[in-house]
Amino acid sequence: MPYPVEQNDKFAAYAHPGRLVSTEWLATEIEAGALDGGKLVVVESDEDVLLYETGHIPGAVKIDWHTDLNDEVERDYIDGLAFAALAEAKGISRDSTVVIYGDKSNWWAAYALWVFTLFGHEDVRLLDGGRDKWIAEGHALSTETTVPTPGTYPVVERNDAPIRAFKEDVLAHLGKPLIDVRSAEEYTGQRTHMPAYPEEGALRGGHIPTAASIPWARAAAGDGTYRNRGELEALYLGEAGLKPGDDVVAYCRIGERSSHTWFALKYLLGFDTVRNYDGSWTEWGNAVRVPIAKGAERGTVPAGY
Amino acid sequence: MNTSALPATLADIVDDFQALTEPERLQLLLEFSHGLPELPERLRDHPELLEQVVECQTPLFLTIETEPADGGAPERVRLYFKAPKEAPTTRGFAGVLHEGLDGLSAAEILAVPDDMPEQLGLTRAITPLRMRGMTAMLGRIKRKVAALASRPSPAQA
Repeated sequence: MPYPVEQNDKFAAYAHPGRLVSTEWLATEIEAGALDGGKLVVVESDEDVLLYETGHIPGAVKIDWHTDLNDEVERDYIDGLAFAALAEAKGISRDSTVVIYGDKSNWWAAYALWVFTLFGHEDVRLLDGGRDKWIAEGHALSTETTVPTPGTYPVVERNDAPIRAFKEDVLAHLGKPLIDVRSAEEYTGQRTHMPAYPEEGALRGGHIPTAASIPWARAAAGDGTYRNRGELEALYLGEAGLKPGDDVVAYCRIGERSSHTWFALKYLLGFDTVRNYDGSWTEWGNAVRVPIAKGAERGTVPAGY
Repeated sequence: MNTSALPATLADIVDDFQALTEPERLQLLLEFSHGLPELPERLRDHPELLEQVVECQTPLFLTIETEPADGGAPERVRLYFKAPKEAPTTRGFAGVLHEGLDGLSAAEILAVPDDMPEQLGLTRAITPLRMRGMTAMLGRIKRKVAALASRPSPAQA
């Protein structure tokens, strides 16, 4: 039995209102003892691997996008066995409602949510506004590491196809809508990594031909919450030119920022078929003989694709 | 782990990390992040005097200064760092380098092996990607110290 969905006007306008919760809602639920018994589990997922330790939502557990969710050897996500072990250790059962939040407008939290979705975890939600909004509003923080009662989680193999695109899928997709969520400098090819971020090694700069440039953070308001439905429509239907029912692929550099956009397209605007290309620019910009467009123009699909 | 190539304080820090389990090492790094001293007032109001280490995931700024040492010993290098509270991993590394290198001579700092951050045994726990910013931090300090060391001495100027 899933946890009740929050009702408010902003969320009600979204295609799937149950995918977001507000800070007020979460604070009230925690106050009422919602975290006892594992029906509702709060997960923090940040860029900085030690940020949770400096203070987190009381009762929240930590999942690190890199050390917990990525396979240590291959460039892939963990398998069903490892995911079940992780979930159980974090007090998550298959029928738990999981609320994920994090730093930087939920950038990494959205990535964690996307990985949970690869395993078909049914009820996983984002805390609108994330860690910064929770703190700005003066809600309680704890430095005590949560020791959860282990959950019960079956071994479920990942089902990548519906929401994850590989390079070959993107090549086959050319001609259909693509959203590039990186910075303008990365899109044009002026640089291959984010300003002030480590160079992760891409040999070529630019974007996948025809991709629309909508930097991920434009989907977020100043307080880190998602923009309302009308604003998101102006961005993705207006500016990017998506049409209802489109089959869309979003990408960035390693698939993290595009998870934030994937969430907006899939759950807030209700596109049924949205895939995140997690290979993203660190794969495409190094791949042999794939088409690349430079400059601010979207470009065209070259002959033969 | 052979830490004989390191200055004594830094070698002690590396030994402390090595003696711990992986989760305990993260906890120790967190303690170093708390221990990073605030900038002195004269630098606090002059961000232009600090240089950004762009390889770090979060904004980290640093600068170095020198001060005379007693009894004709080589002058001492002082290190100053600025990193936000929201970046405890970056602050933790800055804290390690501050405690391990602050007050040493240019020659002692330049002798620190470039791969010293790897010796903390944190690469698996914080991932190679995040370690890269830390190695860049040491590299930037050494470049700045080398630039200082190669400047003409006042007598020649």
